[in-house]
Amino acid sequence: MAHDHDHEHGHDHSHQPHPFQPDLEETPLTHYQVMTQAVGDLLVEKGVFSAEELRAMVEAIDAKSQAAGARMVAHAWADPAFKARMLEDVNKAAEELDIDAGGIPIRAVENTEGVHNVIVCTLCSCYPRLLIGLPPDWYKSRSYRSRTVREPRQVLAEFGTTLPDDVEVRVHDSTADLRYMVLPARPAGTEGWDEEALAELVTRDCMIGVTLPKSPNA
Amino acid sequence: MSARFAVGESVKVRAAFPPGHVRTPFFVRGKTGRVTEVLGPYRNPEELAYGRDGEPALPLYRVIFETAELWDDYRGAPKDTTVVDIYENWLEAP
Amino acid sequence: MSKQRNDETVLRRHHDMGGLPAGPVEQGEHDYAPWEKRVDAILRLLGDPKRRIITTDELRRGIEELGPGAYDEMSYYERWIASITNNLLEKGVITVDELGRRMAEISAAWPAGVEERKP
Repeated sequence: MAHDHDHEHGHDHSHQPHPFQPDLEETPLTHYQVMTQAVGDLLVEKGVFSAEELRAMVEAIDAKSQAAGARMVAHAWADPAFKARMLEDVNKAAEELDIDAGGIPIRAVENTEGVHNVIVCTLCSCYPRLLIGLPPDWYKSRSYRSRTVREPRQVLAEFGTTLPDDVEVRVHDSTADLRYMVLPARPAGTEGWDEEALAELVTRDCMIGVTLPKSPNA
Repeated sequence: MSARFAVGESVKVRAAFPPGHVRTPFFVRGKTGRVTEVLGPYRNPEELAYGRDGEPALPLYRVIFETAELWDDYRGAPKDTTVVDIYENWLEAP
Repeated sequence: MSKQRNDETVLRRHHDMGGLPAGPVEQGEHDYAPWEKRVDAILRLLGDPKRRIITTDELRRGIEELGPGAYDEMSYYERWIASITNNLLEKGVITVDELGRRMAEISAAWPAGVEERKP
């Protein structure tokens, strides 16, 4: 953390870039950062998009997190009719909650007593980002992309998820035009909980399928 | 567009290895699965990738495989499955 | 002359990694830096219904064409900006000359300069 850092070192700010702000001008740029700056500037100058559109898009990306997906899952747990509509068409069901799931079709796959779903993209890193935010680094890693289709149970175990053999592990490789999210099973012991409390149990990772929702007793 | 394969039908993924942009993962090529859903039509990504319009669009299928059939050394449970979305030009009757 | 090979190492393209051996999944994460979000925003704008300049398919094709080293040597958004840039050059949206000049200007103006590229 930055404040710990300050205690250990002097205060010569010109040579001490903040570790969490790599864009500070004391830090050398990389080749690809320069490319990014130049391409963006040129596109603005040519009128392909405006600087304001670019800023607004960065803000829109920043605003996306797993919260939207968690709200949908919690609502589906509380309302079976909504769950049915969500399994039918996630993008349309999202509109009911004033959530913009974007134009790419998203499919929810439901965990049941007998089936546990997990999502991967072996060819790329496709991900339902409008509902659960930008993907974590590990989702895009060679290890996750390579191994999840071949040894899903070992990968799940690395995330602390161990499933009995009578549960079918169903891996979805989202390589084409749809994006996938897992609709986890509602944890036992949450009877009577309101949706806000339920949504607290729904993590990003359980909507990717590498974990289960948080335990209500935790 | 009418889809060539129906839900429940067995399909074989072509064992083809073109050098360009395709969406059919290597590990299912030549393998046999079963259609669980007919999606689409979706514009052809193999054309879109090169700046063309992707027409004619293709039916896209959800195909489920027994994971143990995909890997000789699969160490999971026998009932584990793998689902991949595959465009019609990659599928044939087994 | 290279030896004729027709096995998996030539038939399987490098980005198509499902099932290949790999180590444990490193679960560490980093917060996306502003320049990474800028790359993401540029692509989203270029592909939106108003513009339709680059499709996801073209982005992916461009990343795949970066070659076998790309996944190990470049970060995720480095691959993206490299592919976006190549697509924009191919389509004539920007030119090599103006891009080169602009990159040189940005590098010269940055107080700390540009990181030495690793050999």
